Amino acid sequence: MATIYVENEPQAADSSQNLLHVLLSLGYDVPYFCWHPALGSVGACRQCAVKQFRDEHDKAGKLVMACMTPAAEGTRLSIKDPEAAAFRAAVIQGLMENHPHDCPVCDEGGECHLQDMTVMTGHNAREYRFPKRTFRNQYLGPLINHEMNRCIQCQRCVRFYRDYAGGNDLNAFRLRDTVYFGRFEDGVLENEFSGNLVEICPTGVFTDATLKRHYTRKWDLQMAPSVCVHCSVGCNTSIGERYGELRRVVNRYNHEVNGYFLCDRGRFGYEFVNSDQRLRQCLVNGQPLEDSEAAAHVRTILRDANCIGIGSPRASFESNFALRQFVGADRFYAGVADDEWQAEVRAIDNLRKGPARVPSLDEVEHCDAVFVLGEDVTNVAPILALRLRQSMRQQLLRKANHANIPLWLDHAVRELVQDEKGPFFVAAPVATKLDEVATEVIRAAPDDLARIGFAIAHAIDNDAPAVSDLSAEMSALAGRIAAALRSAQCPLVVSGVGCRSVRVVEAAAQIAWALCKTGQQGKLAYCFPECNTAGLALMEPLPMREAFRAVHDGKADTVIVLENDLYGRAETDTVDAFFSATRHIVALDQIANRTTAAAEVVLPAGTFAETDGTFVNYEGRAQRFFQAFVPSGDVRESWRWLGGDLRPDQGVNGSRLRTLDEIVLAIGKKIPALAAIGQAAPAKSGFGKVAREPHRYSGRTSILANISVHEPKPPEDPDSALAFSMESGPAAPPPPMRPFFWSPGWNSIQSVNKFQDELGGHLRGGDPGVRLIEPSQETWSYFFNVPDSFRAEPGNWLLLPGFHIFGSEELSRHAPAIAQLEPRPFIVLNAAEGAPLGLKSQERARVRTGNSIHEFVVLLRPDVPAGVALVAEFTGYVSPGKCKLLFVDVEAEKAPIGPTVAYGVRQ
Amino acid sequence: MEKPLTSKLRPDGTAVDIGAYERAGGYQGLRKALELQPQEVTEIVKRSNLRGRGGAGFPTGLKWSFVPMKADAPRPKYLVANADEMEPGTFKDRVLMEGDPHQLIEGMLVSAYAIQADIGYIFLRGEYRVSAERLRTALGEARERGYLGGNILGSGYSFELHLHISAGRYICGEETALLNALEGKRAHPRTKPPFPQVSGLWGKPTIVQNVETLCNVHHIVQNGPEWFRSLSRSEDGGTKLYGVSGKVNRPGLWELPLGVTMREILEEHAGGMRNGLQFRGILPGGASTDFLVEEHLDVPMDYIQVQKAGSRLGTGTMVVLDDKTCPVGMVWNLEHFFAQESCGWCTPCWSGLAWTEKILLAMEQGTAQKNDLDVLKFQTRFLAPGNTFCAFAPGAVEPLQSALKYFNDDFQRHVDEKRCPWRQ
Repeated sequence: MATIYVENEPQAADSSQNLLHVLLSLGYDVPYFCWHPALGSVGACRQCAVKQFRDEHDKAGKLVMACMTPAAEGTRLSIKDPEAAAFRAAVIQGLMENHPHDCPVCDEGGECHLQDMTVMTGHNAREYRFPKRTFRNQYLGPLINHEMNRCIQCQRCVRFYRDYAGGNDLNAFRLRDTVYFGRFEDGVLENEFSGNLVEICPTGVFTDATLKRHYTRKWDLQMAPSVCVHCSVGCNTSIGERYGELRRVVNRYNHEVNGYFLCDRGRFGYEFVNSDQRLRQCLVNGQPLEDSEAAAHVRTILRDANCIGIGSPRASFESNFALRQFVGADRFYAGVADDEWQAEVRAIDNLRKGPARVPSLDEVEHCDAVFVLGEDVTNVAPILALRLRQSMRQQLLRKANHANIPLWLDHAVRELVQDEKGPFFVAAPVATKLDEVATEVIRAAPDDLARIGFAIAHAIDNDAPAVSDLSAEMSALAGRIAAALRSAQCPLVVSGVGCRSVRVVEAAAQIAWALCKTGQQGKLAYCFPECNTAGLALMEPLPMREAFRAVHDGKADTVIVLENDLYGRAETDTVDAFFSATRHIVALDQIANRTTAAAEVVLPAGTFAETDGTFVNYEGRAQRFFQAFVPSGDVRESWRWLGGDLRPDQGVNGSRLRTLDEIVLAIGKKIPALAAIGQAAPAKSGFGKVAREPHRYSGRTSILANISVHEPKPPEDPDSALAFSMESGPAAPPPPMRPFFWSPGWNSIQSVNKFQDELGGHLRGGDPGVRLIEPSQETWSYFFNVPDSFRAEPGNWLLLPGFHIFGSEELSRHAPAIAQLEPRPFIVLNAAEGAPLGLKSQERARVRTGNSIHEFVVLLRPDVPAGVALVAEFTGYVSPGKCKLLFVDVEAEKAPIGPTVAYGVRQ
Repeated sequence: MEKPLTSKLRPDGTAVDIGAYERAGGYQGLRKALELQPQEVTEIVKRSNLRGRGGAGFPTGLKWSFVPMKADAPRPKYLVANADEMEPGTFKDRVLMEGDPHQLIEGMLVSAYAIQADIGYIFLRGEYRVSAERLRTALGEARERGYLGGNILGSGYSFELHLHISAGRYICGEETALLNALEGKRAHPRTKPPFPQVSGLWGKPTIVQNVETLCNVHHIVQNGPEWFRSLSRSEDGGTKLYGVSGKVNRPGLWELPLGVTMREILEEHAGGMRNGLQFRGILPGGASTDFLVEEHLDVPMDYIQVQKAGSRLGTGTMVVLDDKTCPVGMVWNLEHFFAQESCGWCTPCWSGLAWTEKILLAMEQGTAQKNDLDVLKFQTRFLAPGNTFCAFAPGAVEPLQSALKYFNDDFQRHVDEKRCPWRQ
């Protein structure tokens, strides 16, 4: 720490930082554009000029750019200095030369960083009288709107897109005051983090194209703190509603989890909430029924039924718990395909019983050697992949330290480091996008991946079992990876259930544990496919096949399916058989699907935007999400159905589970190990009123005037301190309950500056979420079950699931913008094996596996291990494992895979 | 008077080939340097008071002394010749490269040896096609004779030299933008520090040096620093290529002792103003230097004296303004060039020059407004050194700020009369 003098007042400052970072952290208002806490300084916009003085006698001083000046001990500066203030106003005046005066019709208006900074500098009169330069805008796909005339050339978009996220189809073109930020030609932005341009751009060049289709100003949104439902990372989001529709999702900063960025699935997947496929009414035998009658019908059914419950990894912890309570823990089943579930249970077990810590995303970024084993991280947990890209740079940043280049001096660091890569290894059956940052890439079938993992563990710790019959090449490879992990300060192993292999899951743990055993801080992270996979696993439900068996054996005759389409979890004939053997099927869900079609009773469940609950992310972090609005129709929380109306006593007596606080309390009582879930956010009683609506919310009194001129009373929220109102209590809400970031003068998303203990640091009051999983201090032992090497058998393939960011997640598929980007179902095969079958890459083939026929686009890749096939089938279920594939109707016709990139193929 | 840089140039304008170059004592400076320790070469250059000829005038030997020289220094190290000569009015490096390409190669070899560079680049302006052809031939000849490549002349020292033709942009002459361009990136200047000597091309230690500067180096090593200092009439060593363009009788380029006066160059070498024209002002060091006027004609053309007079020696190539040429039109022409060539990186530069250019054009077209002069004056302060990312914009407004000082009445007439008084 250093002491610096701001307007002659001493202030404590982090001397490893630049002045802009320090001044903003101290709460001063200094305008800026090109700087970003996650991207560092490049000194382009010149907006953050302050006056620096040599010493207390220096009265003249000189202008310096705060972002480019280290906060060295004794630095004296003035923000208010008239020359500095005039210069900052002049910079805005320069930016405004070409910036159109279209704020009233600009999507960014009202939450525009450029507006905020313009007001901050005081520039308000226009002297420039010449024509503004204009551009032709590009079509950038269904997610992002492009309006280049508004550009102020701050360079942030390309710095994020290229330098931070690794994209290469967005760039700066031309020069002078006509620099153009766009693609070489019109087309869908390829990078899966393109949506962050909306927030990175300080003005309205890149805006949310989905919001544009149902536009609402930020100040007119009713907002709530939420958690993304589209993968297992659990990024914190702020969601906004108007007129009963969810309008958009923006990032809600959580230092430990998502930081500043979201993936495109998370940002744009929300539109499923507004889908016309939504279930909004109770259905009994396909006929709409009043909610009370439907509930009564269910109570009648259940009176003499033998009922089991099937939970869901995409339903909240509370809803799963309510079902578990409803049917009993011994009749509560995981609604997950068995092969996947097996791997997930083992993964959670490894995290709970082993010595390796699951890192938060922030910790991931600071790991300095990474081994990815058997997981397509980019397509399964995208934002984790974004952070892993940064961990690849950790060791290289030490070079900058050594060369006395401050780490925030972004371009200088990048020029020093160039294209060098830190230790980063990716081992997977097929190419993954992280390969491009890997120092070494390994292709192998799952069993061989596990063998490599076990061999690495053995190379780290001799006590871990050796792998027999390992080729010299693989031994050497294992040795190299082991050496890289051992010499790192913070090595990380990332794996997941993508290979549907318990052995891969074990091998990943084995490496991390071997590192822990030899005195290192080995870290271990597993990607799970869904937002509450970990939460469901912590509840220890029985595997799904046992549910099927229970019905088959006559031990149960009625099933309640919670927010789950079982046709995505097992082969069609298996599910058909299960349903036909069941007397009563009660399905609670949000969107109509094959399971709700098969159900006798369908009860409409609320989405994340309409309900409260908790998800447990890959890290074991329980995070609370809150409803943004009261849904129409009979839609309500699944836990409210199960905890109240459906119960024989309707939840009136005995164990009341009718409010969120009641159910959270009950979880703590029934599963004491998970009692901490209550700390994810304050209880309703624990806090005063928090407004969901900004104080500029307009139309409150007239919003329903077309129905009645009498202003209705705002709905009560029985579950949280959040109010459907503009009125807040006197105290500022704690981070988990903050619906949006706003501070006077800071209307854009960058207002988060005002809520952090330092810029880019923790939220004041603590980052939301509570970890339910910590490494065990107890004894553990290595796995000794090393698999044999995989042998390809002619005519037989090992089928593995393939993933795509757009398509592999059920709910986001119902968002129109995401649906447009979903690739056609595809199969990836070894090129040498596909060719003799008459298959050609990017042509269509109908493939019979088992009893079902699927149509796929064929992708032949030279590096897929022989005997392995990956299938990405987004609408149904393809059972993984060894099987015969029969290629029928190979069509010699180009079959475009879609507008996005899949396994390096773009159409 | 000794003219080490230009004495070998052929009157017919053809290039000195390797044979002629060697016969005239070529590559002897290299042979001598290879017998010295690298640091000794740097020391000699330091003592010679050679300063950079590209415009900024940084002492050459001092610059080299920042290159890490220990055994653990990052490798490869680079030497880059800045041959991106694009300053309006400047054509000195072109003469050297077209006429005597081996001189540049030898100068680079000795400089490279001093900093123990492994790889060199000549970053050449795209339009210099003749230079490109002659340098390419000369590089082939030098390689053939063992002056380039591995184990040069049996010394154990190796140096590979490549010719890179620029895709063209004025900003590529800024040394760090040049490095970005050489790496295939957008030609934005880089943050300094770190300086290229520490983290330059591909993040490795790099020296970027103007062509004329490099051409001096082997002469210094061969003849000694005292000899070099004795060539000059100023504290700084050597001769200087001085050029004159504009409406003088004999526009041209001459190698003269550093520190001759402007009057001497203009009158004795350039033959004075053309008949019927009066001298009004001069840009002493190329387009991005301040105007000087009649009263400054006896200022010696060296780094210190020109600066004292309120301008810069720059590249030493003068542009003369006469009384029949509209100063506003001339400045518009220059600012139009600079506005075109702004790389677009920092706000003051891209916004300020665009605005400036438009006002000047409005003046020329008779549509200027009353406060336009205030805006112009404001822009010259807005684009002051330190306010912008690099030295481009401050240089770009130097002719403007000095024109506003010396020719303010002319500007005022454009505004008042709503026309350019020089146009009929």
